[in-house]
Amino acid sequence: MNRKKPVKTHKARPKKNRTVKVGALARVEGEGALYVNIRNNTVKDAKLQIYEPPRFFEAFLRGRRFTEAPDITARICGICPIAYQMSACHAMEMACGVKIDGPLRDLRRLIYCGEWIESHVLHMYMLHLPDFLGYESAIHMAREHPDEVNRALRMKKLGNEIVEVIAGRSIHPVNVRVGGFYRVPKAKELEPLGEKLKKGLKDAVETVRLMGTLDFPDFEREYECLSVCHDNEYPLNEGRIKSTGGLDIGATEFLDHVIEEHMQHSTSLHARIDGERIYMVGPIARYNLNRSALSRRSREAAGKAGLGPMCRNPFKSIIVRAVETLYAFEEAIRIIDEYVMPDKPAVDVDPAAGPGTGHGCTEAPRGTLYHRYTIDPEGLILDATIVPPTAQHQPVIESDLFRFVERNMALPDAKLQWRCEQVIRNYDPCISCSCHFLKLHIQRS
Amino acid sequence: MPRETPDRDTTRRERLTVVGIGNPDRGDDAAGILVARALAGRLPPGATIVESPGDVTDLVTILERSRCAVLIDAAQSEAEPGTVYRFDATKEPLPAEYFRCSTHAFGLGQTIELARTIGLLPRRLFVCGIEGRDFSIGAPLSDGTRAAIDAAASMIHDLVEKLLQEDSG
Repeated sequence: MNRKKPVKTHKARPKKNRTVKVGALARVEGEGALYVNIRNNTVKDAKLQIYEPPRFFEAFLRGRRFTEAPDITARICGICPIAYQMSACHAMEMACGVKIDGPLRDLRRLIYCGEWIESHVLHMYMLHLPDFLGYESAIHMAREHPDEVNRALRMKKLGNEIVEVIAGRSIHPVNVRVGGFYRVPKAKELEPLGEKLKKGLKDAVETVRLMGTLDFPDFEREYECLSVCHDNEYPLNEGRIKSTGGLDIGATEFLDHVIEEHMQHSTSLHARIDGERIYMVGPIARYNLNRSALSRRSREAAGKAGLGPMCRNPFKSIIVRAVETLYAFEEAIRIIDEYVMPDKPAVDVDPAAGPGTGHGCTEAPRGTLYHRYTIDPEGLILDATIVPPTAQHQPVIESDLFRFVERNMALPDAKLQWRCEQVIRNYDPCISCSCHFLKLHIQRS
Repeated sequence: MPRETPDRDTTRRERLTVVGIGNPDRGDDAAGILVARALAGRLPPGATIVESPGDVTDLVTILERSRCAVLIDAAQSEAEPGTVYRFDATKEPLPAEYFRCSTHAFGLGQTIELARTIGLLPRRLFVCGIEGRDFSIGAPLSDGTRAAIDAAASMIHDLVEKLLQEDSG
């Protein structure tokens, strides 16, 4: 593949005192800002400053019926509404003392596969790949790589279609409810989708191959990775929460160990394990903790693309996203091939029958998404807590910025700025989810 | 260089599609949707009205299937709420300062340029913008934006009539 030179070049010697600020971070969802301060060739500070008109979903949910939580929280994020619906449903079902299994569980995995595909493909091709190929945007990239863009549109369309077939709409899905769905498809209704996914598999295989050919900065770190983990499958909806630092807890213990604090420079809350350790969630974390649960084809594709048992380079998140996209295609095909229509679209749910408090931890495309609700016996929500993956990423992104700039201070300013933006984009931050508005200003001193 | 694409005109199923774009839960972002709904039942035969959340795949698919398209979306250029704009995007990009918002990481202007670059733009494409002010989740429509809905719908009605006459000529 042809690669352009980076669009920003600068030949001046780097100053020993510099402040890199990017006023408006491009190619991330929402808005944000990057601020890095260098004094006497030493990195003093690196901050991801994000702010946006605060969202008060947690307060807004109080007093609403428990059945409304999936629909209300789905509106937090236009890219990952299914993730919010799944975490909300699982939390409410725990609060009501019910568990979903069998074909309803499979449909939930299927719909999640659809969301992973559409979210990962959008990020990889439209937001992240331009960085690696040296283009300012996907539009500039499309002029010289129309085949790649068309591939992305084909794949994203399939992801959208999975969600539409199961949930009624790809944005603001309407068919998901606590207990299951309002309507479930007949097996025959899924067959055309299954055929399209089988034909689309080659696009997913090619995507992994392509991402493996990119040039990656030499930047490896030891991260503590956190993810939902399951004994028998690559995690989507269910499992224990584990970390490479030894954490192994149920969803009910999440807030006992993931401690959030409010940071002055950001309207997002920063999370640390046991109040101390920053950590990574999302594709690399999932891969590092669950690689053996991938399909054989996905594992082999990962190996050929240059991924070993562990990935420690955040720039290679684009390869891991491609591997997860391939896995999602395969898992969706498997579920459709084996699907048996359930007897009922949902199980009965009685808000008075359970413990009243429930926790849901599922794997949104960007990482672990936690919901907790407390409801009264009539089903009114008394309390809600939502911890999105992007909020959990703030400290590790800042840490990456700090370390990356430390190791790359010889880079000219313009290239350093571009690489800093890319450091943030490695995490595919969904800034609207974490309600942060990032301001990016570049200031030199 | 972009690969040459065959003439797609004859394969486009829709003569003219009017697309109301937006999120009805985000204050003035509902404007595009509401204008589309105000046009229901008023357009001549040959025009189809659809609603879209603005997803890049959704919009590119609509553009690919239409010979002409009129997209309606909220704008944010710091003008008075309710100001109505009309842009001919057939040959030129939208001015970036009018459509800065996106709740889906890939805005309207970028989606149009992407479609243009890979040869999927319809023969005629117009974009109607309605200036908004408050795009917060759960916010009501601002007074200025609400007052502009009917005026925008009338403008689009006249534009659609003209485009359909040109298409049949």
